[in-house]
Amino acid sequence: MTNEYWQEEIETMSRPELEKLQTERLKATIKQAQNAPFYKKLFKEKGLSEETITNLEDLKKFPFTTKDDLRSHYPFGFAAVPHKEIVRLHSSSGTTGNPTVVLHTQKDLDTWADQVARCMYMVGARNTDVFQNTSGYGMFTGGLGYQYGAERLGCLTVPAAAGNSKRQIKFIKDFGTSVIHAIPSYATRLAEVFQEEGIDPKKDTNLKIFCIGAEPHSEEQRKRIEKMLGVKAYNSFGMSEMNGPGVAFECKEQNGLHIWEDLVIAEIINPETLEPVEDGEIGELVLTTLCREAMPLIRYRTRDLTCFIKGDCPCGRTHRRIARIQGRSDDMMIVKGVNIFPIQIERILMKFKELGMNYLITIETIGNNDEMLVEVELGDVKIDDYTKLQALTKAITRQLKDEILLTPRVKLVEKGTIPQSEGKAVRVKDLRKLI
Amino acid sequence: MTIPQISVFLENKFGRLNEILSILNKENIHVVAATVADTSDYGILRLITSDQMRAYKLLRANDVSANLNDVFAITSDSSIEKFSETIECFTNAGISIEYMYCFSCNKKAILILRCNAIEAAAEVVKNNGLNFLSEAELSNL
Repeated sequence: MTNEYWQEEIETMSRPELEKLQTERLKATIKQAQNAPFYKKLFKEKGLSEETITNLEDLKKFPFTTKDDLRSHYPFGFAAVPHKEIVRLHSSSGTTGNPTVVLHTQKDLDTWADQVARCMYMVGARNTDVFQNTSGYGMFTGGLGYQYGAERLGCLTVPAAAGNSKRQIKFIKDFGTSVIHAIPSYATRLAEVFQEEGIDPKKDTNLKIFCIGAEPHSEEQRKRIEKMLGVKAYNSFGMSEMNGPGVAFECKEQNGLHIWEDLVIAEIINPETLEPVEDGEIGELVLTTLCREAMPLIRYRTRDLTCFIKGDCPCGRTHRRIARIQGRSDDMMIVKGVNIFPIQIERILMKFKELGMNYLITIETIGNNDEMLVEVELGDVKIDDYTKLQALTKAITRQLKDEILLTPRVKLVEKGTIPQSEGKAVRVKDLRKLI
Repeated sequence: MTIPQISVFLENKFGRLNEILSILNKENIHVVAATVADTSDYGILRLITSDQMRAYKLLRANDVSANLNDVFAITSDSSIEKFSETIECFTNAGISIEYMYCFSCNKKAILILRCNAIEAAAEVVKNNGLNFLSEAELSNL
């Protein structure tokens, strides 16, 4: 019988053993964190140290870390090792003020590669597979994160990077690609291009597994991808603050994502009261790293909403499962894998003196793609000319694209037509079906 | 020499044109000429009424994005020769016409013209002896 696990001992560890491991690693992490300027000061003020930890419950004595903390200590305020030991830096895709920076030692990168390899192995990828990564490379962790993970696993790895669907399809055919990582909207896009090219992915390719992530998606969208491409699609969850892809991943059961509890401690809290929620109840995911050297994070508020799935998984893995991400506890939107805050859009719109104060961002699925519509009220300006209105629309579109990295449809509307609720304007309408 | 024209930025929404015209109708303001082109998201309604200032204030008071712009109202008889000659005067002077529309009234053709250079266009009207209508004359049509 072939081995079903990449790291069987860890993946199937009994709960008491796993919790013992977590406690040991938590103590070491708290100790390590105090090398970082941010935590050194914070823990000293609060009288906390590794001595505070006697069991896992003691973690609750520590304050949360937020994205704002990361931003305000940009770029190296969270570095817990000397510079010479840092070998890589990743940065977030969204930009509201300072970006967030994540630092890695060589050991951190090794751990991450194994983490991604573990996920890919779990869904059936083997060293005989050809893996094609359609993620953007560069700062986006879906590129290098999967690259090193797939290489660790031993796949023939094709760093195709994002875009150029016809070339992607040529690679898939020529190299015999069997496993792909893609954001879900791109997976559906690929399926469309196959159709346009008259190629049947079920007959004409070796495709069998899609890892889909970095963008919220529904069960319907997964089923559509599976049906159109004749593959199995597995939900991949991660974020750059927690390395990137591989934080949690679906197994072949396709019923929730195993969160790797040897690498993180996962809590789910009520974002209002900050108290833990019951298993099965939706709340905000809070993560503490357990193996990070360069940049330990303690009780990091991810803002992603999910819940723990009750019960044991038939796959034999003991690491708990979380449900697919149900939304955000802040106003961040994820469109086509890009993190966008309404404030970024607002800042651009407010630069145009021709425009009024109110705007509405609508995200909806058109065909198989997520599209963003930005409606903005025209201000009290003397424009009596279609050419000028068109030029204005174009200029807004271009500047928004430079800021948020995707091209929205911009529509000018009359003053007073953007709906208001309780005196406060509704800024975002997300019409995508996620559940 | 120019007359004020009302421009209204209109969302492409069913019934919006009717809403705006009924504001004027209720106050007995007559529409002398109106034009709106078809675009997908929005349009610009251009209006000449029996009382431009009153119409303008009324629309603004009803939260309609109305503006005033200076345009020329040139009259001629309805022949193609005369129409062509009129436009030629502007072309010869190197003046671009941004948009125009015409209507006829009492066998007179009335041409509403918007130019890029208003003062230079006014010179053309004067030098070529073109007949133009004042705001008062237009209101009394």
